[in-house]
Amino acid sequence: MVDEMPAFPGSVNKILQMTSSIDCAPKDLVQVIEHDPVMMAKILKLVNSAYFGLSREITSIKHGVVFVGLNTIKNLAISIATMGMLSKTGPAGLDMNRFLLHSLGTATVAKLLGKRLGVASDRATDYFVGGLLHDIGKVVFAQFMPQEMARALKRVEVEKVSLPIAEMIEIGADHAQLGGMLVEKWQLPHTLVTCIKEHHSQEQNGNTNKVLDCVVAANIMIKQMGFGCAGNLVEDRLPGHVSARFGMELAELRESMGNLDEELEKANAFICI
Amino acid sequence: MLKFTFRGVRGSIASPGPETVIYGGNTTCIEVRAGSELIILDAGTGIFPLSQTLAPEFPLTCHIFISHTHWDHIQGLPFFIPMFVAGNRVKIYGGQDPVTGKGVQEALSRQLEYAFFPIREAELSAELEYISLSENQVVNIGDAQVTSVLMNHPAINYGYKVSCGGRSLFFTGDHEWPYNIYEPDDDDYQLFEDHIAQKRKSIIDAVAGVDVLIIDTAYTDDEYPAKKGWGHGSFSSSIAMARDAGVKHCFFTHHEPTRGDKGLEKAFQAAMDKHPSQPGDPKFHLARESFTFEL
Repeated sequence: MVDEMPAFPGSVNKILQMTSSIDCAPKDLVQVIEHDPVMMAKILKLVNSAYFGLSREITSIKHGVVFVGLNTIKNLAISIATMGMLSKTGPAGLDMNRFLLHSLGTATVAKLLGKRLGVASDRATDYFVGGLLHDIGKVVFAQFMPQEMARALKRVEVEKVSLPIAEMIEIGADHAQLGGMLVEKWQLPHTLVTCIKEHHSQEQNGNTNKVLDCVVAANIMIKQMGFGCAGNLVEDRLPGHVSARFGMELAELRESMGNLDEELEKANAFICI
Repeated sequence: MLKFTFRGVRGSIASPGPETVIYGGNTTCIEVRAGSELIILDAGTGIFPLSQTLAPEFPLTCHIFISHTHWDHIQGLPFFIPMFVAGNRVKIYGGQDPVTGKGVQEALSRQLEYAFFPIREAELSAELEYISLSENQVVNIGDAQVTSVLMNHPAINYGYKVSCGGRSLFFTGDHEWPYNIYEPDDDDYQLFEDHIAQKRKSIIDAVAGVDVLIIDTAYTDDEYPAKKGWGHGSFSSSIAMARDAGVKHCFFTHHEPTRGDKGLEKAFQAAMDKHPSQPGDPKFHLARESFTFEL
């Protein structure tokens, strides 16, 4: 069922428009895919699937382009684009534009935090992908259980509970669990699975995953900055082990990142094209 | 014993005529004899002349490995005579198309649809079997092993390594080395370079030390820039791969369809002049239809 899930309207339009020209620039195509959580997840699913049986994990679209070929990635994107597109709000009432902004903002900041931890540039993409996909479970709920998700979002607004709690009440599972299960089933890289599954955990649970810590911090920071919105109005606190990772509390960490406007504007500009 | 015969060496489209009588006009097909086994690499139009020689071996079992399903690699399949004769067994191997989710069976089934061919798949008398392959899958056939290696082309394309009795050959199918889609001053340039280096290493490791490399060499170096991204190699890229993999013999194939015999020999000579022989170099050859080589 989830295989039929369409992608975000902006990227669907861009993919269809760009690929109608034989001169479509590969890097522009890659950029569009990399900014859409649904396209990203679905393409990573396919390139990591048994169709290829690759002996290595493919963790990014660029990696996929080199290992399975540009034209295959291009045609996968076209096949996703032709499935239709997510509605801008839909019956669940989740504003997809603001959701996308939240995801891209988290991705951008997670990557910056990764670099700050001294991560090599070839791994920095993992941080971006982790941030982009961390809330993928919400899109699935909104698309396939819109009434339950609408009730959960309402509960957040009225009762001021966190979205995962509201989802547990209305659906019986939260978006982190669902998203984690989904990408695990899709055989996405293990780091990414943990990132999605555990991004609301206050406990370390034995994970020493740097990507997860950066996504957790980025998610909270972006929410605090009011950059986009993915339905959860309750601000989480930075878990102790994440503070320890950066050697500081949230406010200081945010302060030390300097002005993020320029980086975040790129995400904003991308959505507005 | 491992030996092979080129049955089709032309790329893209069959090119018969007075200009191609020496090297041949049929599209890709290589007959491989590994011990007592018949392995066929690709089913371009060259599979038809091959199939005309096989009647004395009926009932036969043969193994057809399809590199990818672009026309020039499957066009001869409906004319593969052993499929029409009861008692024969034809096993067809190839990759799955991740875009449609369909396996190699789709290639033959669609070719045999009413609009394209008068005989339906159900009417073929031989026993047919389709096997979908993933990367680095080893298929044991008698004393031979065939291993699939994911190459780079605008379709899923497997190169195949065939080993038997301590000898081995590698056929690339269609292949162009991936190139960087970013400019040197782009942020992602180096990351992409690293991925390319990894991919190159994985392919070279798979090919390393084979006796014979049969490689897509569609273009001259002058032609390549205008054809970048079309999924084919050039003389220089093929020579570099043969050297890096330390092969003994390298056969250039997938000849450009508009290149006649004289032009082909001229292009070959120009490439040899550009890349003077080095110690340990492979012996370079132009693939020629009907030519047999025993390893």
